Amino acid sequence: MSTFRVAVRVLPRDALLDPQGEAVARALHALGFGEVGRVRVGKHLVLDVAAADGAEALARARAMCDRLLANPVTEDYAVALEEEPVG
Amino acid sequence: MKRVAVIVFPGSNCDADTLAAARAAGSDAYFVWHRDTDLRQADVVILPGGFSYGDYLRAGAIARFSPVMTAVVAHARAGGPVLGICNGFQTLCEAGLLPGALMRNAGLRFLSRPAWVRVEQTDTPFTCLYEPGEVLELPIAHGDGRYVVDPRTAAELEATGRVVWRYVRDNPNGSVNAIAGVANAVGNVVGVMPHPERRAAAVLGGLDGARVFQSMEARHATQHAGDVRAVGDRHLRV
Repeated sequence: MSTFRVAVRVLPRDALLDPQGEAVARALHALGFGEVGRVRVGKHLVLDVAAADGAEALARARAMCDRLLANPVTEDYAVALEEEPVG
Repeated sequence: MKRVAVIVFPGSNCDADTLAAARAAGSDAYFVWHRDTDLRQADVVILPGGFSYGDYLRAGAIARFSPVMTAVVAHARAGGPVLGICNGFQTLCEAGLLPGALMRNAGLRFLSRPAWVRVEQTDTPFTCLYEPGEVLELPIAHGDGRYVVDPRTAAELEATGRVVWRYVRDNPNGSVNAIAGVANAVGNVVGVMPHPERRAAAVLGGLDGARVFQSMEARHATQHAGDVRAVGDRHLRV
Protein backbone atom coordinates (compact mmCIF):
# COMPACT_ATOMS: atom_id res chain seq x y z
CA MET A 1 0.00 0.00 0.00
CA SER A 2 1.05 3.54 -0.74
CA THR A 3 -0.48 6.87 0.09
CA PHE A 4 -1.84 8.83 -2.82
CA ARG A 5 -2.85 12.47 -2.78
CA VAL A 6 -6.18 12.96 -4.52
CA ALA A 7 -7.57 16.37 -5.37
CA VAL A 8 -11.35 16.64 -5.36
CA ARG A 9 -13.03 19.58 -7.06
CA VAL A 10 -16.67 20.22 -6.25
CA LEU A 11 -18.57 22.86 -8.21
CA PRO A 12 -22.21 23.94 -8.26
CA ARG A 13 -24.14 22.45 -11.17
CA ASP A 14 -23.80 24.49 -14.31
CA ALA A 15 -27.50 25.30 -14.58
CA LEU A 16 -27.81 26.50 -10.99
CA LEU A 17 -27.54 30.04 -9.72
CA ASP A 18 -24.18 30.54 -8.00
CA PRO A 19 -24.56 33.79 -6.05
CA GLN A 20 -21.05 33.53 -4.62
CA GLY A 21 -19.57 33.28 -8.10
CA GLU A 22 -21.61 36.24 -9.27
CA ALA A 23 -20.49 38.34 -6.29
CA VAL A 24 -16.85 37.48 -6.95
CA ALA A 25 -17.24 38.35 -10.65
CA ARG A 26 -18.74 41.74 -9.75
CA ALA A 27 -15.89 42.43 -7.31
CA LEU A 28 -13.29 41.51 -9.95
CA HIS A 29 -14.98 43.81 -12.46
CA ALA A 30 -14.98 46.62 -9.89
CA LEU A 31 -11.22 46.12 -9.50
CA GLY A 32 -10.70 46.52 -13.22
CA PHE A 33 -10.46 42.88 -14.23
CA GLY A 34 -12.98 43.36 -17.00
CA GLU A 35 -11.70 40.35 -18.91
CA VAL A 36 -13.31 38.02 -16.39
CA GLY A 37 -16.54 36.47 -17.59
CA ARG A 38 -18.40 33.98 -15.50
CA VAL A 39 -17.01 32.97 -12.11
CA ARG A 40 -18.10 29.95 -10.12
CA VAL A 41 -17.13 29.16 -6.56
CA GLY A 42 -16.80 25.62 -5.31
CA LYS A 43 -14.65 23.54 -3.00
CA HIS A 44 -11.26 21.96 -3.35
CA LEU A 45 -10.48 19.04 -1.07
CA VAL A 46 -7.15 17.25 -0.76
CA LEU A 47 -7.33 13.67 0.42
CA ASP A 48 -4.41 11.44 1.37
CA VAL A 49 -5.64 7.97 0.50
CA ALA A 50 -3.97 4.64 1.23
CA ALA A 51 -4.37 2.38 -1.81
CA ALA A 52 -2.60 -0.27 -3.84
CA ASP A 53 -2.32 2.06 -6.82
CA GLY A 54 -3.51 5.39 -8.16
CA ALA A 55 -6.52 3.94 -9.93
CA GLU A 56 -7.78 2.42 -6.70
CA ALA A 57 -7.23 5.72 -4.84
CA LEU A 58 -9.28 7.54 -7.48
CA ALA A 59 -12.06 4.95 -7.38
CA ARG A 60 -12.29 5.27 -3.60
CA ALA A 61 -12.31 9.07 -3.84
CA ARG A 62 -15.22 8.87 -6.30
CA ALA A 63 -17.10 6.67 -3.86
CA MET A 64 -16.47 9.28 -1.14
CA CYS A 65 -17.86 11.98 -3.42
CA ASP A 66 -20.99 9.94 -4.12
CA ARG A 67 -21.61 9.27 -0.43
CA LEU A 68 -20.61 12.54 1.21
CA LEU A 69 -18.34 15.04 -0.48
CA ALA A 70 -20.72 16.24 -3.21
CA ASN A 71 -24.48 16.65 -3.25
CA PRO A 72 -25.77 14.98 -6.44
CA VAL A 73 -28.72 17.40 -6.58
CA THR A 74 -26.66 20.55 -6.72
CA GLU A 75 -23.01 19.75 -7.38
CA ASP A 76 -20.66 18.09 -9.86
CA TYR A 77 -17.27 16.76 -8.88
CA ALA A 78 -13.99 15.75 -10.47
CA VAL A 79 -11.15 13.76 -8.95
CA ALA A 80 -7.48 13.82 -9.95
CA LEU A 81 -4.25 12.31 -8.68
CA GLU A 82 -2.26 15.30 -7.53
CA GLU A 83 1.16 13.70 -7.68
CA GLU A 84 3.03 10.44 -7.28
CA PRO A 85 2.60 8.53 -4.03
CA VAL A 86 3.29 10.76 -1.05
CA GLY A 87 4.12 7.93 1.32
CA MET B 1 -50.66 12.29 24.08
CA LYS B 2 -48.07 11.73 21.43
CA ARG B 3 -44.48 10.78 22.08
CA VAL B 4 -42.30 13.29 20.24
CA ALA B 5 -38.55 12.73 19.88
CA VAL B 6 -36.59 15.95 19.30
CA ILE B 7 -33.19 14.96 17.92
CA VAL B 8 -30.21 16.89 19.28
CA PHE B 9 -27.12 17.13 17.08
CA PRO B 10 -23.94 18.92 18.12
CA GLY B 11 -24.77 22.42 16.94
CA SER B 12 -28.56 22.18 17.18
CA ASN B 13 -29.81 25.41 18.73
CA CYS B 14 -33.60 25.31 18.32
CA ASP B 15 -34.01 22.02 20.19
CA ALA B 16 -35.24 23.56 23.45
CA ASP B 17 -37.73 25.85 21.68
CA THR B 18 -39.03 22.91 19.67
CA LEU B 19 -39.39 20.76 22.77
CA ALA B 20 -41.28 23.59 24.51
CA ALA B 21 -43.61 24.09 21.54
CA ALA B 22 -44.39 20.36 21.37
CA ARG B 23 -45.05 20.20 25.12
CA ALA B 24 -47.26 23.29 24.94
CA ALA B 25 -49.31 21.44 22.33
CA GLY B 26 -49.78 18.59 24.79
CA SER B 27 -47.13 16.18 23.54
CA ASP B 28 -44.87 14.02 25.64
CA ALA B 29 -41.72 15.46 24.07
CA TYR B 30 -38.16 14.49 24.96
CA PHE B 31 -34.64 14.87 23.58
CA VAL B 32 -32.75 12.11 21.78
CA TRP B 33 -29.00 12.64 21.46
CA HIS B 34 -27.65 12.05 17.96
CA ARG B 35 -25.44 9.17 19.12
CA ASP B 36 -28.43 7.26 20.47
CA THR B 37 -29.90 4.62 18.21
CA ASP B 38 -33.23 4.17 20.00
CA LEU B 39 -36.09 6.65 19.48
CA ARG B 40 -37.83 5.27 22.60
CA GLN B 41 -41.18 4.45 20.94
CA ALA B 42 -41.54 7.86 19.35
CA ASP B 43 -44.78 8.59 17.49
CA VAL B 44 -43.25 11.67 15.85
CA VAL B 45 -39.64 12.68 15.20
CA ILE B 46 -38.55 16.31 14.86
CA LEU B 47 -35.14 17.43 13.58
CA PRO B 48 -34.73 20.95 14.95
CA GLY B 49 -32.96 23.99 13.58
CA GLY B 50 -29.38 24.99 14.21
CA PHE B 51 -25.98 24.38 12.70
CA SER B 52 -25.28 20.70 13.13
CA TYR B 53 -21.55 20.01 12.79
CA GLY B 54 -21.04 23.71 12.10
CA ASP B 55 -22.60 23.29 8.64
CA TYR B 56 -19.21 21.88 7.59
CA LEU B 57 -19.09 20.67 4.00
CA ARG B 58 -22.82 21.40 3.47
CA ALA B 59 -25.64 22.08 5.90
CA GLY B 60 -26.86 18.72 7.20
CA ALA B 61 -24.32 16.70 5.19
CA ILE B 62 -22.59 15.22 8.23
CA ALA B 63 -25.60 15.08 10.54
CA ARG B 64 -27.33 12.72 8.14
CA PHE B 65 -24.73 10.07 9.00
CA SER B 66 -25.22 10.40 12.76
CA PRO B 67 -26.05 7.07 14.42
CA VAL B 68 -29.61 8.18 15.25
CA MET B 69 -30.43 8.74 11.58
CA THR B 70 -30.69 4.99 10.91
CA ALA B 71 -33.63 4.90 13.33
CA VAL B 72 -35.08 8.12 11.90
CA VAL B 73 -34.98 6.69 8.37
CA ALA B 74 -36.60 3.46 9.56
CA HIS B 75 -39.31 5.45 11.36
CA ALA B 76 -39.96 7.45 8.19
CA ARG B 77 -40.01 4.38 5.94
CA ALA B 78 -42.55 2.80 8.29
CA GLY B 79 -44.83 5.82 7.76
CA GLY B 80 -44.04 7.61 11.01
CA PRO B 81 -44.33 11.40 10.93
CA VAL B 82 -41.01 13.28 10.66
CA LEU B 83 -40.65 17.07 10.67
CA GLY B 84 -37.43 18.87 9.79
CA ILE B 85 -37.21 22.55 10.66
CA CYS B 86 -34.52 24.70 9.01
CA ASN B 87 -31.31 22.70 9.60
CA GLY B 88 -33.58 19.68 10.09
CA PHE B 89 -35.06 20.30 6.62
CA GLN B 90 -31.54 20.49 5.18
CA THR B 91 -30.65 17.23 6.92
CA LEU B 92 -33.75 15.43 5.60
CA CYS B 93 -32.83 16.51 2.06
CA GLU B 94 -29.25 15.33 2.52
CA ALA B 95 -30.58 12.02 3.86
CA GLY B 96 -32.72 11.58 0.76
CA LEU B 97 -35.97 11.55 2.76
CA LEU B 98 -37.06 14.71 0.95
CA PRO B 99 -36.25 15.74 -2.63
CA GLY B 100 -34.01 18.67 -3.49
CA ALA B 101 -31.43 20.60 -1.52
CA LEU B 102 -31.01 23.92 0.28
CA MET B 103 -28.34 26.19 -1.16
CA ARG B 104 -26.85 29.56 -0.26
CA ASN B 105 -29.45 32.35 -0.19
CA ALA B 106 -29.62 34.12 -3.54
CA GLY B 107 -28.72 37.41 -1.85
CA LEU B 108 -25.83 35.75 0.03
CA ARG B 109 -26.84 37.36 3.33
CA PHE B 110 -27.89 35.40 6.37
CA LEU B 111 -31.55 36.31 6.85
CA SER B 112 -33.04 36.69 10.31
CA ARG B 113 -36.44 38.32 10.07
CA PRO B 114 -40.15 37.55 9.77
CA ALA B 115 -41.37 35.93 6.56
CA TRP B 116 -44.86 35.18 5.31
CA VAL B 117 -45.87 31.76 4.09
CA ARG B 118 -49.11 30.42 2.70
CA VAL B 119 -50.27 26.99 3.80
CA GLU B 120 -50.63 25.08 0.53
CA GLN B 121 -51.26 21.59 1.84
CA THR B 122 -53.23 20.74 4.97
CA ASP B 123 -53.25 16.96 4.55
CA THR B 124 -50.05 16.36 6.51
CA PRO B 125 -49.45 15.43 10.15
CA PHE B 126 -48.09 18.94 10.75
CA THR B 127 -50.61 21.18 8.97
CA CYS B 128 -53.97 19.47 9.41
CA LEU B 129 -55.24 22.19 11.78
CA TYR B 130 -54.59 25.03 9.32
CA GLU B 131 -57.02 26.31 6.73
CA PRO B 132 -55.89 25.88 3.13
CA GLY B 133 -54.47 29.17 1.90
CA GLU B 134 -53.95 30.63 5.35
CA VAL B 135 -51.03 33.08 5.47
CA LEU B 136 -48.73 32.82 8.47
CA GLU B 137 -46.00 35.07 9.80
CA LEU B 138 -43.06 32.90 10.78
CA PRO B 139 -39.44 33.87 11.46
CA ILE B 140 -36.68 32.78 9.12
CA ALA B 141 -33.07 32.47 10.27
CA HIS B 142 -30.86 30.91 7.63
CA GLY B 143 -27.96 31.41 5.27
CA ASP B 144 -28.67 28.33 3.17
CA GLY B 145 -32.40 28.45 2.56
CA ARG B 146 -32.70 28.52 -1.22
CA TYR B 147 -34.69 25.42 -2.08
CA VAL B 148 -33.35 23.88 -5.29
CA VAL B 149 -34.84 21.00 -7.19
CA ASP B 150 -34.70 20.00 -10.85
CA PRO B 151 -37.59 21.31 -13.01
CA ARG B 152 -39.15 17.88 -13.49
CA THR B 153 -39.29 17.21 -9.75
CA ALA B 154 -40.56 20.74 -9.10
CA ALA B 155 -43.43 20.15 -11.51
CA GLU B 156 -44.17 16.83 -9.82
CA LEU B 157 -44.18 18.46 -6.37
CA GLU B 158 -46.65 21.07 -7.60
CA ALA B 159 -48.88 18.59 -9.42
CA THR B 160 -49.10 16.20 -6.48
CA GLY B 161 -49.70 18.76 -3.75
CA ARG B 162 -46.37 18.24 -2.05
CA VAL B 163 -45.58 21.93 -1.67
CA VAL B 164 -46.72 22.43 1.93
CA TRP B 165 -45.74 26.07 2.49
CA ARG B 166 -44.90 28.80 -0.01
CA TYR B 167 -43.39 32.24 0.62
CA VAL B 168 -45.73 35.10 -0.20
CA ARG B 169 -45.13 38.87 -0.44
CA ASP B 170 -41.50 38.09 -1.30
CA ASN B 171 -39.23 35.12 -1.94
CA PRO B 172 -36.52 35.87 0.62
CA ASN B 173 -33.87 33.38 -0.48
CA GLY B 174 -34.63 32.71 -4.15
CA SER B 175 -36.23 29.29 -3.65
CA VAL B 176 -37.63 27.51 -6.70
CA ASN B 177 -41.34 28.44 -6.98
CA ALA B 178 -40.95 30.26 -3.63
CA ILE B 179 -41.15 26.89 -1.88
CA ALA B 180 -40.76 27.17 1.90
CA GLY B 181 -41.64 23.59 2.81
CA VAL B 182 -42.27 20.25 1.11
CA ALA B 183 -43.51 16.76 1.88
CA ASN B 184 -42.40 13.37 0.63
CA ALA B 185 -44.63 11.31 -1.66
CA VAL B 186 -46.44 9.59 1.21
CA GLY B 187 -46.87 12.85 3.11
CA ASN B 188 -45.44 11.70 6.43
CA VAL B 189 -42.07 13.44 6.07
CA VAL B 190 -42.20 17.24 5.96
CA GLY B 191 -39.50 19.91 5.85
CA VAL B 192 -39.94 23.61 6.51
CA MET B 193 -37.39 26.43 6.35
CA PRO B 194 -39.11 29.02 8.60
CA HIS B 195 -39.38 28.39 12.33
CA PRO B 196 -42.89 27.56 13.58
CA GLU B 197 -41.51 26.90 17.08
CA ARG B 198 -40.55 30.58 17.29
CA ARG B 199 -44.18 31.65 16.87
CA ALA B 200 -45.80 29.10 19.12
CA ALA B 201 -46.44 31.20 22.24
CA ALA B 202 -47.95 34.65 22.76
CA VAL B 203 -44.83 35.79 24.58
CA LEU B 204 -42.85 35.09 21.38
CA GLY B 205 -44.95 37.55 19.43
CA GLY B 206 -47.52 35.28 17.88
CA LEU B 207 -49.13 31.88 17.63
CA ASP B 208 -49.00 31.29 13.89
CA GLY B 209 -46.66 28.32 14.30
CA ALA B 210 -48.41 26.63 17.22
CA ARG B 211 -50.77 24.55 15.11
CA VAL B 212 -47.83 22.74 13.50
CA PHE B 213 -47.37 21.07 16.88
CA GLN B 214 -51.06 20.88 17.74
CA SER B 215 -51.63 19.15 14.38
CA MET B 216 -49.42 16.27 15.54
CA GLU B 217 -51.73 15.74 18.48
CA ALA B 218 -54.84 16.14 16.34
CA ARG B 219 -53.66 13.40 13.98
CA HIS B 220 -53.08 11.25 17.01
CA ALA B 221 -56.57 11.98 18.25
CA THR B 222 -58.25 11.22 14.95
CA GLN B 223 -56.24 8.04 14.58
CA HIS B 224 -57.36 7.03 18.06
CA ALA B 225 -61.01 7.83 17.55
CA GLY B 226 -62.83 9.26 20.51
CA ASP B 227 -59.87 10.79 22.29
CA VAL B 228 -60.06 14.38 21.13
CA ARG B 229 -59.75 16.11 24.46
CA ALA B 230 -56.17 17.20 23.88
CA VAL B 231 -57.02 19.32 20.87
CA GLY B 232 -60.42 20.73 21.76
CA ASP B 233 -62.73 21.24 18.82
CA ARG B 234 -60.07 21.72 16.19
CA HIS B 235 -60.22 18.09 15.12
CA LEU B 236 -63.67 18.75 13.68
CA ARG B 237 -62.13 20.70 10.84
CA VAL B 238 -59.70 17.96 9.88
